[in-house]
Amino acid sequence: MYRYDEFDAAFVRDRVAQFSAQVERRLSGALTEDEFKPLRLQNGVYLQLHAYMLRIAIPYGTLSARQLRQLALIGERFDRGYGHFTTRQNLQFNWIQLKDVPEILSLLADVEMHAIQTSGNCIRNVTADQFAGVAADEIEDPRPVAELIRQWSTAHPEFSFLPRKFKIAVTGAEEDRAAVAVHDIGLRIVRHPETGETGYAVLVGGGLGRTPMVGKWVRDFLPKPHLLAYLEALMRVYNAEGRRDNKYKARVKILVHEIGIEAFRARVEAEFAQLDPQRIQADASEVERIARYFAPPAHADLPDNPPALRRARAANPDFDRWVEQNGFPHKVPGYQAVTLSLKGIGEAPGDISSAGMRLVADLADRYSFGEIRVTHAQNLVLPHIRQEDLHDLWQALAAGGLATANAGLITDIIACPGLDYCALATARSIPIAQALATRFAAPERQREIGPLAIKISGCINACGHHHVGHIGILGLEKRGEESYQITLGGDAGNASAIGEILGPGLVAGDVPDAIERLVAVYLAHRKPGEVFVESVRRLGIQPFKTAFNAEIRHDAA
Amino acid sequence: MSSAKLPPLPAILIANDLLTGDTVFYSGQGWTRHPGEAQIAEDEAASLGLEAAGQEAMRLNRVVDAYLVDVVLSAGGIPVPRHFRERFRLLGPTIRPDLGKQAEFPGLAAQAGQTR
Repeated sequence: MYRYDEFDAAFVRDRVAQFSAQVERRLSGALTEDEFKPLRLQNGVYLQLHAYMLRIAIPYGTLSARQLRQLALIGERFDRGYGHFTTRQNLQFNWIQLKDVPEILSLLADVEMHAIQTSGNCIRNVTADQFAGVAADEIEDPRPVAELIRQWSTAHPEFSFLPRKFKIAVTGAEEDRAAVAVHDIGLRIVRHPETGETGYAVLVGGGLGRTPMVGKWVRDFLPKPHLLAYLEALMRVYNAEGRRDNKYKARVKILVHEIGIEAFRARVEAEFAQLDPQRIQADASEVERIARYFAPPAHADLPDNPPALRRARAANPDFDRWVEQNGFPHKVPGYQAVTLSLKGIGEAPGDISSAGMRLVADLADRYSFGEIRVTHAQNLVLPHIRQEDLHDLWQALAAGGLATANAGLITDIIACPGLDYCALATARSIPIAQALATRFAAPERQREIGPLAIKISGCINACGHHHVGHIGILGLEKRGEESYQITLGGDAGNASAIGEILGPGLVAGDVPDAIERLVAVYLAHRKPGEVFVESVRRLGIQPFKTAFNAEIRHDAA
Repeated sequence: MSSAKLPPLPAILIANDLLTGDTVFYSGQGWTRHPGEAQIAEDEAASLGLEAAGQEAMRLNRVVDAYLVDVVLSAGGIPVPRHFRERFRLLGPTIRPDLGKQAEFPGLAAQAGQTR
């Protein structure tokens, strides 16, 4: 894992001191709310329905056990004993008091964490594949480049007041698990088809929100030493030409859409041609210094599928199901990564108690080189588990309620905080997720249905990624009531796609039955081995639409 | 401010406490955390008075984001907002009855006629 050098540490400490003084001035009345708001947002502090909310950056979703323990402590001491992991791999505390924020930021700095640039019109936390450094389909670990971009973009003077927020995601694997196509910039580490050299393929202009778009290729192959100069050129074009007159049209996706990808590319290339990549790119020694922190841990020489694991799986069907569902193949023989589902049936997606955080931290220390990952699907991952330890790990997780075997299944639902917490929300998200998880709770039913991503947002801003859900649910207000719009066929992976709306909005109580009808169409028409979203692609939306609309109560229309 | 922008009556004044972020209500004398103690404006003059109190409290940096919310008085004597968003604000997260004002003030949800 990356460790702060003296510059990082001093920078974060300085920022804590600066923001502490700003809070003091706000509390004394020296700063008005209008003056203070942009300052607090740049430090991750929002004002929500019931309290302030603090959003803490977890760069590229990588956490140490020590950091997670500190988050547990903060949750206990300053919140209500729990935290919420988000779709941008961050952590939010929902019950923060403004007067406590300086002390919390100081506690975060103690473990090399911060809340800088988790809000505001700047380059946000860089996200990455949660199986970075683990996945067998990986060309290269994306975290060193994510860290490089973090350092380059943090407090970048030219890009601190962009037209709108800016999100970058990176993957080094063949399968996109970081939803790179729906980010302002998506980077894929690729191998040059002729030389075999590794570099970056660059997508631009993806995004969700009120105008969802899939990113477009702006460069097929960017040599590594050109990365920061190219990003700088791209950001300059956006910064200069992105709209500032209308916040709903201010994201780079709108600029790309309005002028077209060819024109956008031409402008970026023209800007890039004027820059000196060598001057902008970090020194090779610095790039190597960063990369060294992500060197694989000291894995032992172990056999795959050891007898102890085989015996335990044969003896215990629940354990076997968990390994099958939540296990992820590790590139090193004898190891496995596992997803710790934060989607217990009836729980709020992404929420975990301080006790749960401590349990995960202890297990990470015992079994996973002290390392934890956060997924954009609001789960945690222990990346380096010896297969022979899986049964012990599972037992410990089960005792803490963290062994739900549903990773990637219909009850592994993404949901934003929605109107239970969020001041921007138009409807609740979490109760819909809970109702659906309860409806489809039976393990055998979930397995029969197979991989199916339901994603729920409580407003058009789409923090719950509903546009790229195989089934997406968007909560809106209609005639003074909460109303839920259902979309179908979205995809956050390699076949990235935006879902299509099926019909009129539903009242909350009608959502589970409507989802049942969609699942029934799939089960009736699927071909052997075909997962839900593949059936949707093959069959088209119509049969689902027909079933969806067949029983809609007219009063909900 | 013209009365055209005021919400329907009766109304209460709701805000966030600057220091804690907590949802607070204007009581007539100051700010209270219990919605049952909120001053209820029954006519336009009272409504304008509440609004002025909100502006002043924001100017003095006592609260943030003060605004009027139209309510219905429940049988239990609690002014319950007509809009669901403000109802959730009044009591706390619907998914966590153990948190927020609904937990802090036992009986509040029942008094407000909101079963959770």
